[in-house]
This record gives sequence, structure tokens and C-alpha cells, in this order.
Amino acid sequence: MAIFNLNINGKKQQVDVDPATPLLWVLRDHLNLYGTKYGCGIAQCGACTVHLGETAMRSCMLPVSQVGNQKVTTIEGLSENGDHPVQQAWLEHDVAQCGFCQTGQIMNATAFLKANPKPSDEQIEAAMHGNICRCGTYSRIKSAIKTAAKTS
Amino acid sequence: MSIIKTKYGRRSFLKSSALAGGGMVLGFSWLASCQNRTEEEILAMPKEWFEINSYLKIGENGVVSIYAPNPEFGQNVRTSMPMLIAEELDLDWKKVIVEQAPYHAEKFGFQLTGGSRGIMSRWEPLRMVGASARHMLREAAAQAWQVPVTEITTEKGVLYHQASGRSAGYGEMASAATSIPVPEEVTLKKVEDFRIIGKSHKNVDGKDIVTGKPMFGMDYHEEGMLIAMIEHPPAFGMTLKSVDDTAVKAMPGIQDVVTIKSYKEGFEKGGFDTNAFPELVAIVGNSTWEVMQAKKQLQVEWEPFAAYTETVRGFRGDVTTKNVPGGLESSEGHKAQMDALAAKPGKVVRKDGNPEAVFKSAAKVIERTYTAPFLAHNCMEPMNTFAHVQDDKIRIATPLQIPSLIVPTIASSLDIPPENIEMEMTRMGGGFGRRAYGHYIVEAALISKQVNAPVKLVYTREDDMTNGIYRPTYQATYRAALDENNNLIAFHVKAGGIPESPLFANRFPAGALDNYLAEEWSVDSNITIGAFRAPRSNFMAGAEQSFLDEIAEEMGKDPIEFRLELLKRAQDNPVGETNDYDAERYAGVLQLVREKSGWGQNDASLHRGVSAYFCHNSYAAHVLDLTVENGKPVVQKVTCAIDCGIVVNPDAAVNMAEGGITDGIGNAFYGEMTFKDGVPRKNNFHQYRMIRMGEAPKEIEVHFVQNEIDPTGLGEPPFPPVFGAVANALYKATGKRQYHQPFLGEKTVLG
Repeated sequence: MAIFNLNINGKKQQVDVDPATPLLWVLRDHLNLYGTKYGCGIAQCGACTVHLGETAMRSCMLPVSQVGNQKVTTIEGLSENGDHPVQQAWLEHDVAQCGFCQTGQIMNATAFLKANPKPSDEQIEAAMHGNICRCGTYSRIKSAIKTAAKTS
Repeated sequence: MSIIKTKYGRRSFLKSSALAGGGMVLGFSWLASCQNRTEEEILAMPKEWFEINSYLKIGENGVVSIYAPNPEFGQNVRTSMPMLIAEELDLDWKKVIVEQAPYHAEKFGFQLTGGSRGIMSRWEPLRMVGASARHMLREAAAQAWQVPVTEITTEKGVLYHQASGRSAGYGEMASAATSIPVPEEVTLKKVEDFRIIGKSHKNVDGKDIVTGKPMFGMDYHEEGMLIAMIEHPPAFGMTLKSVDDTAVKAMPGIQDVVTIKSYKEGFEKGGFDTNAFPELVAIVGNSTWEVMQAKKQLQVEWEPFAAYTETVRGFRGDVTTKNVPGGLESSEGHKAQMDALAAKPGKVVRKDGNPEAVFKSAAKVIERTYTAPFLAHNCMEPMNTFAHVQDDKIRIATPLQIPSLIVPTIASSLDIPPENIEMEMTRMGGGFGRRAYGHYIVEAALISKQVNAPVKLVYTREDDMTNGIYRPTYQATYRAALDENNNLIAFHVKAGGIPESPLFANRFPAGALDNYLAEEWSVDSNITIGAFRAPRSNFMAGAEQSFLDEIAEEMGKDPIEFRLELLKRAQDNPVGETNDYDAERYAGVLQLVREKSGWGQNDASLHRGVSAYFCHNSYAAHVLDLTVENGKPVVQKVTCAIDCGIVVNPDAAVNMAEGGITDGIGNAFYGEMTFKDGVPRKNNFHQYRMIRMGEAPKEIEVHFVQNEIDPTGLGEPPFPPVFGAVANALYKATGKRQYHQPFLGEKTVLG
């Protein structure tokens, strides 16, 4: 066990955990932040996506010991009132079915749009390739990303 | 307009509060459900609620709370079911709050998510709930204003008496309405008077989903709760022999290691008690990561089990005997077993005319065999359950499709009276049939009892994918007899699977052919299977619709025209009396998809496949347009026509169809689970290929047949015919017919 001082959603958080603990489980089990999901544990589905600095990261394979003083943003910290343009676009297109993968999709999409504000369809498909939606809402996710690109 | 007796389902009008007739005290759970709301919204919450019936509470300020009775797994019933009540009650949808009902059979009826039966089964009862509440409010206003009740009208949550110019919000009359007797009968609205049904309403949970609010079983948390994980045998056909937990018990954060037995000796299983691994080891600890680490170190010895037989009491009370063989099965062995049975005569389940003789004298016989592998559901949220056993009581929070069916099992395995089982139905991160099988709830309960603490049982993705309850592997051989003029004169289907047959003997093209033969067979297995989005249909549709495409070509006919000719025969002069489809509605979706897809004006660069199917009381047809880019098939567009009767929430229905189509394309191209010596060969998404965004259709267009027929299923019907549309489009693209799913598997390019 070791003490880690983390910067999560702009707040300082201290946890005492095994250094190998993935950030995902630190968020969910120790900080009660449940918006980041466990889907596979091997960075193959994208449900656990968070931002490390401005980069989208799969938190299920990222040991807490490697986070250091980098800023972590989870879905809970993406916007104050849940009104980030990407979140709004998701609502406009009523994207979700079961909804389980959607926070990971949104976190991946927001980091991507920041780096590439006017993406082509092919770029969206490539960027979102790592995020599985078992319900098959891909066409709506893509539409929502395009709407967000227009409005932000 | 229909007048219905409220006596039917009257129990659902029971009030849950002892304070009936007056204001009611808010329960803690209700307040907890408000925590995600803004300050403004909470201020708008009523000071007092009046309970009209078990589904409805009206606040003095006109805010209305509606219980969504069925569990939600993404089909959006938490929006569409309250819409049914709101319609008949003439509510202002903006003032509606939706709460999730807990499991309570007496108050909420059959709380089922499955079989595409949700809206269909709630269509009348929920509208009746709204209509009877509206009547009670009107009666209350009539008494208050001393006018005849027939003169009271309603609109958007307001009562009006036009002659005297009086009006009152529902909130003002709610208290008085609680003492009005429930009417003996109510009149439901005419379709043309619908104001809410048939108009798109956004998902009531949209905001909570995009902001990551804890709503899934996996997110459930209580102070003092421990985390549990199971270790199940590595192979089907094996069971627990012994466990050495010494090392694991000493690991950080580990509280206990226990073994559990899911069923008591002599317990008669229900149809949804399927479970390959009823004896398990469970590790219990403080945090998920610590338990995961311990799970890797656990030393367990497994041993093969001997063949056994059990009786299973099905859904409708039917008792069947199930033979579970011993041994470690492999996909290669399965193939040989299926080929052997397919070569023998099967059990004849339908015969019209004299097919054997016609086949003998036919000018030409076309025979084709189709196969499909086992499939894993792979819900994005792995199986999990919170359980807390205290004495003879249990509290459960679980993502489960059919809560009532696990109650007898919990009661038996834990010696808990059914009335002491309290079950919260969390949102499910997908279901697809997998969550109809609640063994994981029994497991969580047994673990909680043994460690005497609240626990949340969590499956890893690997546990989830290797636990069974798969879509079975199937095989079907179709034969068509043609005369010298290329007329179809006889049709034969022989289908089977491991461990069940996929055949529906009375479905199309049965009824359209004078000489028809349907046979089936099955092979016992110890690999467990379960319902998977449109069970059996999800294979038969692809096989049958591929075969019809091939014989249409052989006969020199347009594939849509050929199907329509058969359907016309089935409509005008059906063969047999037990055909389970409506030929006119079936033809209707084909005609609609033909028109909307511009069939016949084909762009030469697009390879088009058509397919249609009937299941779950609804009809769906697709035209799928495919191109091949660098050897890779790309689905450019799917045009879809559906007849599921009245569509309650159109945009959500379109979303459901889009999802079903994408799911079908994914499974047609990639879906596959295989076995080696009882071991599933895939255990996570690095091995089990799932459809991803770039592989989904570039465009999906969904059209609904407009009619006034009561709603039928939608979650499943668009899924099965996709397999046929993919196969038929691939044929156009490559010149090669597709007989064996998955069509691509791990390959990225065709060929």
C-alpha cells in the first residue's frame, strides 16, 4: 500500500492503495466516482476512458502509480452542469440505449474533438474504433460527434 | 375507442401507502432518486403527494410521479411505458417524473423485459391506469363544482368545466381524487386522439447517462459492502473438487474464501435456472482490485462430472427432462455430431401434401446447408448483483430481466420466504436475453449469507464470457423441388442444433406451398444455452432468407417479387390452418422496403441484398447495400421497413431498429464462440470480435408501416432478417453464396 495524491476533476484526492491498482478501480472503489465503467479490464472496449491531461486514456490498465501529478478528468468533471457540447449533442441525438458504454464514448469523443475540431467521418471512425457499443448506437454516436463539432 | 373492465389487473390499483385517502410520506428511496436533480427541480417538487394508485402519485403542485414497472436494459421502456399512462391521463409530460418500480408482482404485474413483450403486454393495462386516474380526478372536480362528470374535460394536467368557466390543476384535485372509488370500467382513447403516443419523447434518463450518474447494478454501493468474485470451472463438463485458499486468505484486503452450491438437493429448476456451474468458489474482500489479484492466485482443483438428468419446469408450467452429458466437448466434435444427425431422418413437425413424392419426381432439386456458431451475449456491463442477507430476509439490487422467476430459487436456496425478498431493479448495461438467467443473484445471496455481510458480486469480463448461457450452434438443410418450368413445387427444411432445434415449423414459407416438410433434431450438450435476441429466429431467418434468395435466382425471379408471390398464395389460399404469420402484413413490409429503397433502380456499384422475417408478432424487411473496398465489405446503407403496429415513441423505436440492424451485421460478420475440450476459446474482447463504429452501416433508414394495430414486438424483430440481407448482399458482391456464419470471423477481407 502507498499514499497517492491525485488531482481528479480539479480536486485534490488522497488514496492509500496498492500502487498497481488501476486508476479505474481507484475512481470507482475509493473515490465513489461510478461514471467510469469497467467493461473488459484489458483496454479493448473503451468503457473506462478518462482524460489524463488532455489525452483520452483507458483507466483499466493505468496503474495509479503512473498518474503522478497529471490532471485526471472523469465524466463527472467534464462539465459543471452536464452541458459540455458533446454531452448536449448526445442528448440532442438521444444516442443511448442501455447507456453503459456512453460515458467512455463521450470522454473519448471530447478528447478527440479537442485535438481535431473538424473531423471527417473516416477520422471519427478511426478515433472511436476502441469504444464498443454492444447496443449498436454507432450511427447516433457519429451524428452526435458531428453535431458537437459544428457547435463547439 | 375501447371500453375495458378495470377488474382485469385491478390489483395494480392497490395503494402502497397506509395513508390512502390522504397525503403520503415520502420514502427515503424516493428522495434518494431525486439527488441527481437540480436545485430548481427539487424546489419544484411537491410538498405533499397523493397516491392515486400503485403507479401514480400526484403532487399538490401538479407534478406527477409515475412508476416504470419493467426493468430497463436500453429498450427505453422507462420512457415509453410512462407515456402510455400519461396519454390516457392527459398529462403535461414536462411535469412527469419517472421512478423505477421495485420488484413487486402484486402491484406491478409481470415485470418482464424480454421476448419483445414489454409494450405489447402493457399496452392496455397501463393506459387503463391512466384512464382510471383521469376518471377519478374528473369525478373529484365534478363533486367539488357540483356539475355532471360528463361535462368535465382535461388537457395537459388541467381539469375544465367549460360551461361555468372553471378549471383546476390535477394537483388541486389530487387529494379529493384519492377518495373516489376506482371506476368499474373506463373508456380508452381513440388512436386519432393520441397526443403523447406516436410523438417522439427523449429518453428520461438521457441526462443521467451522459453525466455518468450511478444507475447500473455495477454502480450499486452501500457503506460496509464487500466485493465478491467467483471462480468457476475452466471447462464445461467440470465441477469443483477442492480448493486451497491458504495463500489467498493472507493476501491484502481479502476477507474470506467460501464455496457455494446454488441449488438445494431436489429443487425443481425453472426454465431460467440454467447454470453450468452450480458449485463455485467465491473470494470476498474489500476492493475489486484486491479480489481480482486474489482470484489469480487461488488454487482450485476441478474434476469432470458424470452425465445426469434433470427435470425443468418451464415458463408455462410444462415439465421437460433435460439430459446433461458428461465429457469435455469441442467444436470439431459438435460439427461431426450435427452432420451425423442432419444425415438421418429427423422428427417430422409439419407435413403438407406429399413432399417426398414430389421431390422424387422433381425436374430439379436444390439443397443447401447453413450453419451458425455459438454466440456469447457480451453485455457491456458484466453480470453482477448486490445482496444482503439478514436472518430470513434479503435485500437485492440487481440488473435482471425477469425478477419474478428467480424468486422461487432464492427462496429455496436460502430458506427465505418469498415475501421477505426485496429486490431493486437497477438499470442493466445490456441484456439481450443473458440477464433472464439469474444464477448470479443466487450466488451473491449465498455469498452474503456465508460471510454475513452486504456484498456486491462482480463478474470479470472473462467470467462473463466463459460462463455459458450462449446462443446455441445451429444447422439447417433446405431443399427445394422445381418442375421442368422452374416452378417451386415442394419445400423441405430439416434443422437442428446443440442442444436445441431452431425450427419454427409453422412460419413462412409454410402455408404458401402445397408440399412442405419440416423436420428437426437436437444433440445434448453440457454447454449451457439461453435466449439471445430473437432466439432461434436469429438463425432461421438468415438461413431461410438466403435459401429463398438462391432459389429465386434459380427460378429467374426478382427476390422480392418471388417472396410476394408466395405470400399472396398464403394470403389467398393458405395451406394448413396453423400458419403463425399474417401474410398481408408480411407482404406489407416487403412492399414498403421495395419502395423506400428504390429497389430495381440499382446503382451498379452497390451490391444489394434483401431479407424479411416475422417473429415476436412483428414484421421486418431490410434492403442492405454493400460495397467492397480493398477486399473489405462496407455496409453503405440499410433501408428497413417494420410493421409492429402502433409505434409509441417513434425516435426511440428508430434507435432500437438501428441497434438491432448493427447488432445483426456484427454477429453475421464476426460473432462466434468455439470450444476446445470444454474450454471456451475466447474470454475477452481481444479474442471475441465485436462490431465497431467503422464497420457499422454508414446510413440506416427506418420506416414503420402506419396502422392502428395494437403494438407488437420491436426489440427483436429487426435483428434476425439482417443475417439474410448481409448474406444476399455478399453474394452479389462476390458471386459466392454464404452458408456458414460468421462470414468474416477474424478475417478483415473477403475470400
